[in-house]
Amino acid sequence: MNVEDLYQEIILDHYRERHHSGLREPFGAEVHHVNPSCGDEITLRVALAGDEIADISYDAVGCSISQASTSVMADLLIGRDIDDAMALYDEFLEMMNSRGQATPDEDRFEDAIAFVGVSQFPARVKCALLGWAATRDAVARAQTAETQSSETQTVDTQTGETRAATTDLPTPPQEAS
Amino acid sequence: MSRYDVEAIRADFPILQRRVGQYPLAYLDSANTSQKPQQVVDAIAQHYLQHNANVARAMHVLGAEATESFEGARSRVARFIGAASPDEVVFTKNASEALNLAANTLGSRLRPGDEVVVSVMEHHSNIVPWQLVCERTGATLRWFDVTDDGQLDLEAAESSGLVNERTKVVSLAWVSNVLGTVNPIRTVADWAHVVGAVMVVDGAQGVPQRPTDVTALGADMLAFTGHKVCGPTGIGVLWGRLDLLSDLPPFLGGGEMIEVVRMEGSTWAPPPHRFEAGTPPIAQAVGLAAALDYLDGIGMDAIAAHETDITQYALEQLARVEGVRVLGPGADADRGGAIAFTLEGVHPHDIMQLLDSRGVAVRGGHHCARPLHDRFGVQSSTRASGYLYTTRAEVDALAEALDHTRQFFARGRGSARRSRRRHSDAAVGGGA
Repeated sequence: MNVEDLYQEIILDHYRERHHSGLREPFGAEVHHVNPSCGDEITLRVALAGDEIADISYDAVGCSISQASTSVMADLLIGRDIDDAMALYDEFLEMMNSRGQATPDEDRFEDAIAFVGVSQFPARVKCALLGWAATRDAVARAQTAETQSSETQTVDTQTGETRAATTDLPTPPQEAS
Repeated sequence: MSRYDVEAIRADFPILQRRVGQYPLAYLDSANTSQKPQQVVDAIAQHYLQHNANVARAMHVLGAEATESFEGARSRVARFIGAASPDEVVFTKNASEALNLAANTLGSRLRPGDEVVVSVMEHHSNIVPWQLVCERTGATLRWFDVTDDGQLDLEAAESSGLVNERTKVVSLAWVSNVLGTVNPIRTVADWAHVVGAVMVVDGAQGVPQRPTDVTALGADMLAFTGHKVCGPTGIGVLWGRLDLLSDLPPFLGGGEMIEVVRMEGSTWAPPPHRFEAGTPPIAQAVGLAAALDYLDGIGMDAIAAHETDITQYALEQLARVEGVRVLGPGADADRGGAIAFTLEGVHPHDIMQLLDSRGVAVRGGHHCARPLHDRFGVQSSTRASGYLYTTRAEVDALAEALDHTRQFFARGRGSARRSRRRHSDAAVGGGA
């Protein structure tokens, strides 16, 4: 494993200049996610417009991987159809669990292809997923709010099954605390 | 005293000969866990290969040998910390469990209106158990603040009457796992004792680094862990004054901790067995005893002097690295071996990763002390911590790797703003 694979220029560029950073109005849901092992935090807002993610904005502290990943994700998901965005989340998750073996489609992943290098470092996978998991959670909550449902449930856009409107962060190896 | 021979000590630790890629390992994460000498590993192997049996209940030869080793380890621990009797030594699985044991048993005496005092520099293990027990009993949790140079703020505590007639327990780290601050336990213990409160000390960092005498320290209870004193994981210690332990209810229920069990109710064994439900960490106790033999063989005074020397040297070297800010006490203070710092513009996780790529093992994060980081206005920090086997060359490797890290993350910075890249020149496999 080479540390240069981890810190590719794309990642460092996004770390230095985080796209869509700073909380914006209007929004349909706001969530707060943390990575308990290192204390990285994100407050993230999602605005939906029909079947589309109209906006994602966030305020986050954390390492270069978590910051760059959130920046890349916001670029990718803003303006995207919700179902397709959630499909892309699943594909990103699959890539992050590939231990460097995935060969992502550059046209679909754009700058997110750089994170295949991160998947070689299991301890850092959680960093790359922080913003994505927050977005998935926020989208689910925004959908729930829109349907005016009294119970906190939503329909999984992939499987059609009903589930609680919170997302579980996938759990790569944890640092002891 | 003969000169401290760090190379001879290192020869007992095979892992220190390891390389990480093309670099020799520089293990600077001993506050997290210490490395183990051959002697400890051999003692554990010998126990399992020649003497293994359950303790106390097995009456055969092996059972007698295992029991003798296990209880012998208790005596060994008692001697190491200056306890009045082996009966004051309770084995747990780690320091966290020891502190939970203290919190839960002392918690049986807490009522609404009572106060428990900790500090903002505590490890989460010395905060959360007290939060839980306060929540359950209606007692109030209060805490010492720290000064900007990372010392316990005794003045503020005194003027605000932090320790008062409502205080039932004061629980403090002896040595901070982040800042390396050495707390004035004796002074605070005297305050606690004046108001009849119990003084609990988290010795997880202090016991490995300094000669320990529980009486001189002023503690009523002291928690520490085996794996930070060159012993195995899976064993911790709660020392308590025998009259105090005798007065406390059990923590966990099960085998070994009872006197008579009837369906209508049971009675408890005296300490220490009252607090040791189920099969204890037997091989780990054997390993811990071997570790304490090892440390005493070198001498805790000599180890403490080496720790001070290497810490001073590390502080000097870190001061030379551009952008480094050390949190907590400076070189002129009496301090422990943990050095937490920030490097301007680089997140601790990224620092840790870059240092790791050069064989330098440190910890990045909040080190299970988030309130302390909040107090210093930083989200997290990087921590380097040496021990009896740490060399100046390893500290030099740290300083060089930090310089490299600073340059690595500074590359490209300040150049013309880049347009967003969607090209394959930096794509997968394009890295060096």
